[in-house]
Amino acid sequence: MLSSQIKSNELVFGSCNKELLEEIIFYGMELGADFVEIFIENTDNSSVLAEEDFITSVSPSFGKGAGIRIFKGKKDGFVSTNDLTKHGLMRSVSQAIEMLDITDYKRKEVFNGLDKFRDYSLSKKKWISEVPSIHEISEKLLLSTKSLKKNNKIITRKGSYSRNLQEVIIASSDGTYASDIRLHQTVGLNVIASDAQYRSSGSRRFGSSGMPNEFRLWDHEQAANEVFESSMNMLYADYVDAGQMPVVLANKFGGVIFHEACGHLLETTQIERGTTPFENKLNEKIAHESVTAIDEGISEGSFGSLSVDDEGMEPEKSVLIKNGILKKFISDRAGELRTGHKRTGSGRRQNYSFAAASRMRNTYIAQGKHSKEDLINSISDGLYCKSMGGGSVGATGQFNFAVEEGYLIKNGNLTNPVKGATLIGEAKEVMPKISMCGNDLELAPGFCGSISGSVNVTVGQPHIKVDSITVGGR
Amino acid sequence: MNSREITTQISKAADFLNLKKWDYGASFSNDYSVQVDKGEAKQLKASQKQILTLRVWNESNLVGITTTSDISESGIKKALNQANIASDFGNKNERTEFSPLAKDHIEVNNAEKRNPVGIKKLLTLLREAEVKLLKSHESIKSVPYNGLSESFYERVYANSDGAFRSYTKSQAALYLYARAEEKNKKPRSSGSVKLGYGVEDIDIESCIKDACNKTISHLNYSSIKTDKYLICFSPQSFLTIINAFSSMFNARSILDGVSLSNKNSIGEKLSTKALNIYDDGLHEKNISSSPFDGEGTPTKKLCLINKGRIENFIHSESTARIFKTIPTGHAGLGSKVSVSPDWIVVEKSEENSDLKTSLDHSTYEGEFVYIEELNAIHAGVRASQGSFSLPFDGWLYKNGKKISIESATVAGDIKYLLKNIVNIESSQEVTISGISPHIWVDELSITGDA
Repeated sequence: MLSSQIKSNELVFGSCNKELLEEIIFYGMELGADFVEIFIENTDNSSVLAEEDFITSVSPSFGKGAGIRIFKGKKDGFVSTNDLTKHGLMRSVSQAIEMLDITDYKRKEVFNGLDKFRDYSLSKKKWISEVPSIHEISEKLLLSTKSLKKNNKIITRKGSYSRNLQEVIIASSDGTYASDIRLHQTVGLNVIASDAQYRSSGSRRFGSSGMPNEFRLWDHEQAANEVFESSMNMLYADYVDAGQMPVVLANKFGGVIFHEACGHLLETTQIERGTTPFENKLNEKIAHESVTAIDEGISEGSFGSLSVDDEGMEPEKSVLIKNGILKKFISDRAGELRTGHKRTGSGRRQNYSFAAASRMRNTYIAQGKHSKEDLINSISDGLYCKSMGGGSVGATGQFNFAVEEGYLIKNGNLTNPVKGATLIGEAKEVMPKISMCGNDLELAPGFCGSISGSVNVTVGQPHIKVDSITVGGR
Repeated sequence: MNSREITTQISKAADFLNLKKWDYGASFSNDYSVQVDKGEAKQLKASQKQILTLRVWNESNLVGITTTSDISESGIKKALNQANIASDFGNKNERTEFSPLAKDHIEVNNAEKRNPVGIKKLLTLLREAEVKLLKSHESIKSVPYNGLSESFYERVYANSDGAFRSYTKSQAALYLYARAEEKNKKPRSSGSVKLGYGVEDIDIESCIKDACNKTISHLNYSSIKTDKYLICFSPQSFLTIINAFSSMFNARSILDGVSLSNKNSIGEKLSTKALNIYDDGLHEKNISSSPFDGEGTPTKKLCLINKGRIENFIHSESTARIFKTIPTGHAGLGSKVSVSPDWIVVEKSEENSDLKTSLDHSTYEGEFVYIEELNAIHAGVRASQGSFSLPFDGWLYKNGKKISIESATVAGDIKYLLKNIVNIESSQEVTISGISPHIWVDELSITGDA
């Protein structure tokens, strides 16, 4: 790790910083803070890009920084800095205190020192030496781009790999004192196919957390086949006709719609803003009874899993919706303070320069009893969304998602591929229309951008049927 | 360390490691921002950031790169070492060199820098703005997304050949996004963003007024029937679509096979003769202007479309060399150097006799859809295929009435859109991403749920 290169008057990763951290927290409390939190980060990242049959980019990066958050009542001040010296951290605390305009120096909250150190990084220190080397990554990426070269219609082939190693120390005035090492690896394949005036693209992303060997085990042949077939199937596809229709959404990344359209509305940050229609719906029916939805951070190796969240709490498995009934919100420290919903180990941030916020981890709709065929056979005229692209949710809850690979359903059977489809709706209206869930739950990695930056997540679901939704097209 | 000292430090460390050729780009910033919630401070943020991107060339003239936030002596040495190791994997098929223009004269306008007003002042101003916006209309119940920020930064480029450039700048931003609610209706939301060199340059009253007017104008809404419509793009929405498909003018995208254009597309007719498009990063209205790009090449005005035909591509050093031209000042530093536009300016050319000038968004009485703002660009644009399907905020004008459109998308093909421009209004508007007049396009597909 990088510890040995950090200057002696700075916080040192892998060492006991207890006295220094306590001194800084005590300093903040003395100045009148109700709560002081310190998040220290050290990163060591690498990315590699293969284009056609060549490595065209290798980009290592490393960095360090601290985020200091002070609460006074329900408001908070957050300061981030690259200066990890005692002086730099003290200055950040002063700045946060000054921002909050704290003039009442009487301490209301007591700081009794940090609790026993919880070191989640102990078994993970060897990860950096176990991850594949740049040589190894390059060779496998080139194999994968070579595997994409299946005919002369494929005009662009790309393979990308990214490895992020993040070492964190979290300490706060409620006694929290923890350290962790997080490892995320992700690999993506993209192609563009072209034939005369026809063009299509295909892409897939794979990812894991905490598994140094995972990239070595990645089946690049199978991945290349999936991407190739998707681009070929879509190359000559017609544009879909717009309209209201039933749709079947595939498993894995199909779960992005639940994540974006409903999951975000179950984060306490949305309650704080007053922008979720589900704010006062706890224990009420908000979805079809066939829907049970879960957010958790504990599935081993999943992209959104973590040993401890960025506020020092171990993640829990949260059943958000059970048989259509809203059971829980996803909450962080500020969310608990401002909305009363208990923390769920979901305080997350992209890096030290963001304050943690309530964010999803591995979020999915639980599997049901139907086969994929049951779902498709139940539709006489509709759309099968095999692969979803990205999407967005507006400030009042409307969502729009691009369908990357779609097929018409006619009389219970899959027929022609179609392109240009967009799914449009609102979570509140669509959730009661998810009438059938398949028995083939699978997860897929992704990146979620929101108030505390971009974080690694998993989305997922079995195949699901939505009875009616607006499909945008031409 | 200041930027001169960093340059000296890198030079010394490179000598020690026997690295003869290097360059770097660096950014140092101090940012302050506030958010409020019904009169109370919600989150107050301050950050001090430094980022250094360092490239080295090895003995085989292959480039390696490293990025770090650790600009200590040891951090710089480590960055040079890592970049040197990465250079073993440098791209042998596309060499990168220093920009031949990295020492050319540049104009740095220091008048664009303001002094910080501080968090307390930011908070006071934002609180007042929120209160005024909430009072501006009875249906506006909250301002869920709001923020006022100021940023002070220095950008630097230097190389081992003696090039050194830097500039310091300030920028402030205010955004107010209101939510309006009326009984038995869905909540509606809209907002406004204003930029300035400093907080004192931001027209807060106008931001409040715009946010109120936009939000209220969407209160009376209706679904729209799926069909093809005559469309009027607002300046902001037209710039959004041009930026989303800027790979058409991007030499990097052409070389990567992800552009609709190819090396021979210069001169290709894309649109009506009445259309001119420029990239003008140094435009006086561009608050974010930078006098040089990531490779140190001076920023300049470049014509992209002249009378409907592609006139130029934007370039980095390496793409310019491949295309046998000069860099245009659009590079982003990286081991694979990116290329992107700065500030798009759209205008009506002199050859505009084929336009239907009766189409004016403020006077036209026929049926049309006005697209105020396009959303979800990252999801709904297939730049490599030329297609888009995008949700939008806008209105249907019909029978002399204007009604907000509830949840709809506009879909089409960029080449079709450009070819079907039927009017370019005379008056240009400055937006946060460029300058454009209203643009009218015939026969685009709209999907609604009516």
